[in-house]
Amino acid sequence: MLTVENLRARYGRIEVLHGIDLTVNSGEIVTVVGANGAGKTTLLRCLSGIQPITDGRVVFRGETYVTTPAHKRLRHGLAHSPEGRQIFTNLSVEENLRLGAFLYDDDRVARDMDEAFALFPMLREKRNLAAGGLSGGQQQMLAIARALMGRPACLLLDEPSMGLAPLLVRQIFDVVTGLKALGVTVLLVEQNAFGALKVADRGYVMETGRIAMEGPAEALIADPRIREAYLGI
Amino acid sequence: MDALMQFVFSGVTVGAVYALVALGFTIIYNASDVVNFAQGEFVMLGGMITVFAHLAGLPLPLAALGAILATAALGVALNRLAIEPARGAPVVSVIIITIGASILIRGAAQLIFDKQLHGLPAFSGDDPIRVMGATILPQSLWVIGGALAVFVGLWAFFTRTLTGKAVLATSNNRTAAQLVGINTGWVMTLAFGLSAAIGALAGVLVTPITLVSYDVGVGLALKGFAAAMLGGMGNPKGALAGGILLGLFEALTAGYVSSHYKEAVAFIVILGVLFAMPQGLFGRAGTERV
Ligand SMILES: Nc1ncnc2c1ncn2[C@@H]1O[C@H](COP(=O)(O)OP(=O)(O)OP(=O)(O)O)[C@@H](O)[C@H]1O
Ligand SMILES: [Mg+2]
Repeated sequence: MLTVENLRARYGRIEVLHGIDLTVNSGEIVTVVGANGAGKTTLLRCLSGIQPITDGRVVFRGETYVTTPAHKRLRHGLAHSPEGRQIFTNLSVEENLRLGAFLYDDDRVARDMDEAFALFPMLREKRNLAAGGLSGGQQQMLAIARALMGRPACLLLDEPSMGLAPLLVRQIFDVVTGLKALGVTVLLVEQNAFGALKVADRGYVMETGRIAMEGPAEALIADPRIREAYLGI
Repeated sequence: MDALMQFVFSGVTVGAVYALVALGFTIIYNASDVVNFAQGEFVMLGGMITVFAHLAGLPLPLAALGAILATAALGVALNRLAIEPARGAPVVSVIIITIGASILIRGAAQLIFDKQLHGLPAFSGDDPIRVMGATILPQSLWVIGGALAVFVGLWAFFTRTLTGKAVLATSNNRTAAQLVGINTGWVMTLAFGLSAAIGALAGVLVTPITLVSYDVGVGLALKGFAAAMLGGMGNPKGALAGGILLGLFEALTAGYVSSHYKEAVAFIVILGVLFAMPQGLFGRAGTERV
């Protein structure tokens, strides 16, 4: 469904992605784990089109992206829930969700919103409140729900567990697992390698702008090098 | 009593012009957090282009429509050529760019048109209407009606339409706006085109009363800015209320104190708002949480 070939990206003169190759098949949950500053966020930004790439290409459902803008990629079904949630803090919860479906104006929008409320009942209670007033965990749920309103075939999810209490982290990972049942393919980026590998089918390990290792999630969890470097066991 | 009514009428008329300028500020501010100080030049262009197109033989409504469209196109060009290239620069730098643009537009207008004062025929004649012991010009009603119509239109746009929400979303978080599928470049085009058109409309409506020349934009931008600050930057309700209030303050100062102090009113309002209530009357309270 998603193929990345030799992708390079830079900030100013400093290259931070040095040729990334990666694939995500339809229906999979794939995770990219790695330390602080490895380039995981940059990778997702390049995939969704909010950051230019300097070399390589992205192929999504048969379309090749080099400079394609983000709104066209979303129309093809590639959505991105970015690092740090990036919700519209000045707008209400409901307005955030409605804008998630900005590309659409049909009966399905109302149904999708009901589904989002069913998935996160807390959002229904707070629908008329300014999104900036939600707690961190609630903002993360809103960010995921907003991305789902865009009817993604594939969701790029950046550090959904960041800064959340352990109970909420579990809840978020349950939601990620649940996306599979909704027919959404997921590319999940996490520093919480253990949590991510437990819900994923396959994983990539990223180190300073390169893919250092890849394989089935169970194999990576069992790998002694990974256990030492990322899982702290 | 009759004198008071007279001051109120003239204050509301002038205030409606300030409100129109302030409403123009609102859209660009909502899309980009930038205060566009070239907004006053749009008013000037609306008046000047209409005058010269009318002199060239075009019927007034056609001349006015042409002026509004041409000014809107200039607003879009301003965004493309001067504002977009500075994207990512601090807001203050962008505001300074708009000041530079306003100087450029003024200079060009002086060359292309002239330095004379020009008027237009009033749309519905010049016979004053008597109301409650005072008189009001029919053209004043056009100005006030125009401000009300633009206000209602903008209010509906921002609260009732998805496109209006997309404008708000773009200023709130540009990256997130792109990620929900909003073409943020197009939103900026829309904001500048619409703001410029509203400014030009103000120029068309007010020229029969106040006359127009190449240099009326600076003062109007300042007054509109004071009005927008007073009402709360970014809020159409605030722009309307702020404009009318500022016009009333000015007219009452001129009437009961001295017309010498009239011009100082806007400055005093700006300072007062900055010190006492930076959010303005209807300003949005920040609800950021990081
Ligand atoms: N806006 C920026 N300007 C310059 N350099 C940047 C910028 N954003 C990130 N970088 C650098 O690019 C590299 C990759 O950063 P990136 O945010 O993609 O890493 P990450 O894997 O997502 O890290 P984290 O786990 O902390 O979120 C880092 O060295 C970082 O310092
Ligand atoms: Mg990151």
